[in-house]
Amino acid sequence: MTKYIGKSIKRVEDKRFITGQGSYTDDIKIPNMTHAYILRSPYAHANINSIDTTAAAEADGVVAIFTGSDIPEAIAGVPCGWQVDFKNGDTMKEPPHPLLCRTKVRHVGDGIAIVIANTKTQAKDASELIEVDYDILDAVTCPKKAAEEGAPLVHNDVPNNMAFDWELGNPKEEVSAAMATASHVTELDFINQRMVPNAMEPRSAIGLYDTAYDKYTLYTSTQNPHLIRLLMCAFVLGIPEHKVRVVGPDVGGGFGSKIFHYVEEALVIWASKEIGRPIKWTSDRSEAFLTDAHGRDHITNAKMGFDADGKIVALQAYTYANMGGYLSTFAPAVPTYLHGTLLQGLYTTPKINVDVKAMFTHTNAVDAYRGAGRPEATYLLERLLDLAALEMNTDPAELRMKNFIPAFDGVEQEGYVTQVALQYDSGNYEPVLKRALEMVGYEAFREEQAAQSNGKLLGIGFSTYIEACGIAPSAVVGALGARAGLFESAQVRVQPTGKVSVYTGSHSHGQGHETTFAQVVADRMGIPLEDVDIIHGDSDSVAFGMGTYGSRSLAVGGSAIVKSVDKVLEKGAKIAAHLLEASADDLEYAEGKWTVKGTDKSVGFGDVSLTAYVPHNYPEGLEPGLDMNAFYDPANFTYPFGAHIAIVEIDKETGHVKLKRFIAVDDVGNVINPMIVDGQIHGGLAQGIGQAMLEGAQYDDTGQLINGSYMDYCMPRADDFPSFEIDRTVTPCPHNPLGVKGAGEAGAIGSTPAVVNAVVDALWKGGFKVKDVPMPMTPERVWNAMQS
Amino acid sequence: MIPTSFEYKNAGSVADAIGMLGDDGQILGGGQSLIPALKLRLNSPGVLVDISKVDAIKGISDNEKSITVGGGATHASIASNADLDSAAPMLVQAAREIGDIQVRNRGTIGGSIAHADPAADWPAVLLASDANVMIQNKDGKRTVDIDQFFKGFYETALEEGEVITGISIPKSGFNKNSAYAKFKQPASRFAIVGCAAAVDIDGGVVKEARVAMTGVSECAYRVTAVEKALVGKALTAENIEAAVGDVTEGRDVMSDHYASEKYRTHLASVYAKRALKKLL
Ligand SMILES: Cc1cc2nc3c(=O)[nH]c(=O)nc-3n(C[C@H](O)[C@H](O)[C@H](O)COP(=O)(O)OP(=O)(O)OC[C@H]3O[C@@H](n4cnc5c(N)ncnc54)[C@H](O)[C@@H]3O)c2cc1C
Repeated sequence: MTKYIGKSIKRVEDKRFITGQGSYTDDIKIPNMTHAYILRSPYAHANINSIDTTAAAEADGVVAIFTGSDIPEAIAGVPCGWQVDFKNGDTMKEPPHPLLCRTKVRHVGDGIAIVIANTKTQAKDASELIEVDYDILDAVTCPKKAAEEGAPLVHNDVPNNMAFDWELGNPKEEVSAAMATASHVTELDFINQRMVPNAMEPRSAIGLYDTAYDKYTLYTSTQNPHLIRLLMCAFVLGIPEHKVRVVGPDVGGGFGSKIFHYVEEALVIWASKEIGRPIKWTSDRSEAFLTDAHGRDHITNAKMGFDADGKIVALQAYTYANMGGYLSTFAPAVPTYLHGTLLQGLYTTPKINVDVKAMFTHTNAVDAYRGAGRPEATYLLERLLDLAALEMNTDPAELRMKNFIPAFDGVEQEGYVTQVALQYDSGNYEPVLKRALEMVGYEAFREEQAAQSNGKLLGIGFSTYIEACGIAPSAVVGALGARAGLFESAQVRVQPTGKVSVYTGSHSHGQGHETTFAQVVADRMGIPLEDVDIIHGDSDSVAFGMGTYGSRSLAVGGSAIVKSVDKVLEKGAKIAAHLLEASADDLEYAEGKWTVKGTDKSVGFGDVSLTAYVPHNYPEGLEPGLDMNAFYDPANFTYPFGAHIAIVEIDKETGHVKLKRFIAVDDVGNVINPMIVDGQIHGGLAQGIGQAMLEGAQYDDTGQLINGSYMDYCMPRADDFPSFEIDRTVTPCPHNPLGVKGAGEAGAIGSTPAVVNAVVDALWKGGFKVKDVPMPMTPERVWNAMQS
Repeated sequence: MIPTSFEYKNAGSVADAIGMLGDDGQILGGGQSLIPALKLRLNSPGVLVDISKVDAIKGISDNEKSITVGGGATHASIASNADLDSAAPMLVQAAREIGDIQVRNRGTIGGSIAHADPAADWPAVLLASDANVMIQNKDGKRTVDIDQFFKGFYETALEEGEVITGISIPKSGFNKNSAYAKFKQPASRFAIVGCAAAVDIDGGVVKEARVAMTGVSECAYRVTAVEKALVGKALTAENIEAAVGDVTEGRDVMSDHYASEKYRTHLASVYAKRALKKLL
């Protein structure tokens, strides 16, 4: 039955992408369309005294200019989709995030005015004629400083700049009591720096109001068109949802940054009705640096205690999480339910407490970015473990083996219940680490490292991670503050000729759904891959969708597809039984036909589908047609895991780090298309290693982003990496029909600490006993570590 | 990223280009520095005069005593030039390390030195090579000794309305034995520091040495103290170590988020030694 599943089928979507035939939002041209440019604040914190648009309004080609005061008060702004309250029960502070600033700007890039003109150049030229009178105020960009007495307030009604403070796990007293019994405690202060997502395609949105039908269309570069529609209609503009179509056409990467509902989407929709013409807005790269929601940005203090045998006895973590100037759509969930809940890791740690303070600062909003919270959790745990091994002079691989949760398959053995609110589905952790050690040639490496004498320092670093994906059981996340369900929908429409159109709510923007989903459907239906078409991204054709993020598409969206396929086959069997004059129970379905068991009497899928649409000889009481939809709400998260090992070489004279090898053994459950999974892992590794070595947004004290261009913000390039050495183990997910766990984020979650650990290992072996090298580990930072 | 509007003119010859410049014109070479500046609206000329199709200044020609590199020669054409590789290998080495393939295919040596970015590679290499810069203006032609060319932060001896038509590299003993070593800024891959070293060895000892640094301060410069310390001695690792002290003395060392003043000062010595040691 698996003609396609498990095969590295070439991606069907690639032909259009590599021949330049993809159709992205900015490619779409609508008759009579105008172009918008958004004037943005050059200051991080300022009062707006006045905005004078007189000269700009008279400039060539200008159609309209709107400022914050032109937008009706009823349109308060874009909402936050997740509520995390204070631990004392107080409600999360959720100040409005207006479409355009009215009286105050809160980060560089905050919108001041939208200038709409016949061409983009005219809009931009006119924007330079707008005069804004600002009173510049002091800014705060560091989440820890933001909590200090007397720090500048981002929102006047949010004391201490705190959106919420939150805690999870065992009571602090229990954790400190356990910590007190430890024979060794490793403590580390570190920063998980702010990342700029840098999707290849900048964000873009087109708003179109059609007077004839009183209907709006939003084309937008998004990971979840239906969610944008829901948020925009119900919470921002108050437009009835059935009057709005949202299309996410081809999208050139998101990495999380295109999950969120952005002000520009609501702005172009609102303004398109005001001016009676379609409006296109496309971000330029400088704007993308300033306004695409950033990722990470945690300041953490963590302590891990070990008993004399090296067993972990307690973990305590304190984190200040930077939210930026406003709460973006999923921002509150990231440092809490996607971070604190993962601090069990792969280990049997009996006492865990995590304390998170979410802070407003005068910076761009921070939200989910590939891995979202889980990379921060992995970084915290894995840095502590390797450092502890160095401090205790023990082997980091052995230390992990000693603490691993024993294997459990989630069927015979119960899922593992953690101290931090989760129940892992299935896991078998030793084999991934053992396989990685075998691939790296661990003993030989340690000998080579000891013998090293060429002015270079060699180091090895480990990371054994777990993540929670397949997001998520709706009731569970609802109880945790999510304001949406996280199920997925699918519809399998069999055409009269037996060809199949699959409508999925899982948007594809690089993941290859058009290929993998088709592999699943073709195998399950026993039909050729070419007979299956995957349709996504348009709210007028796809029933509903919660979108793509949290490595959820196959585990949740794929499961919904499987459910729909099964419904089709179930109905098909009734038609087949009628045609074969047999009972449906006596039929078996294989290779595209129903056969009466034990006979050679059969009817093909195509005949059944034709009969469904030409129901002349048809079962009584059965509806015609063969078009079934399904909603799938997962029973649990899925929990992929893996072991990553980095080997680095440091140039002692310059501090330059060369990544010599990178080994990744991941377990993402069953694999539908190995090539695509490899690609996802590679991309994730590049991002995770990029964070360790190259990337990081830098705000100065006045709130200016000082590296907001590719000349300064270092994106990883192919020649920064060795050829990745990857392998897999397979521990199927016990609770979804495909047994899949998710592979989109694993590379970015596991890899970062392995690289930093390798550098710290190299430094220790070279006699420099530093605890940390801040990320990105630029040559100067590594060199500084050797000057002590 | 939209520039202000400008008029675009395509020049057929250098004289043509000079005539087209007018009051408000600017030469467009490979566009690798100018176009980004236009897109960020840091610069807004009324006329752009494109010289990238002026074939007369794009070639590299081997004359008896020197090699002339056209002002419009691309980094890529220098990187793959066999004559230069034997007469002055540091040029080829430097060209290969500029930016990425796209930048090397478009960007030109004339554009680079006219722009005079403090972190550009060419200024150090040309200083070490004792080059002459050939310039044309509406009144005729002039030549500037490279030692007089770089004046400061993005500042050169080039006047308004002038075009760099070529750079003449002497076929000297020191150029034949030359090397370039660079520590790259990871994002742009410009030089955090770069050192070009050219050393003529006669009878086992250094007869003449030219050593120049880029990336360190407002513009590239020669390190005469090192040059002097090397002359008369055998070129050995020990003598290089002894000759290279603080190569930033008397300079205002730059500091940015990739390299503080202290670190850059340290790197400058390391890379001066590495460039010289490539000649061992
Ligand atoms: C991503 C990137 C990476 C880079 N990395 C490096 C690097 O590693 N090392 C390095 O050295 N450089 C680097 N550069 C800069 C590159 O080398 C440029 O090519 C060079 O600085 C300018 O040359 P151009 O021909 O492109 O000039 P343009 O950008 O066209 O012009 C630059 C200036 O020179 C003037 N000009 C151009 N040609 C002439 C001429 N013949 N006569 C008089 N004036 C002229 C123009 O009017 C303008 O003022 C990089 C650039 C980019 C975009």
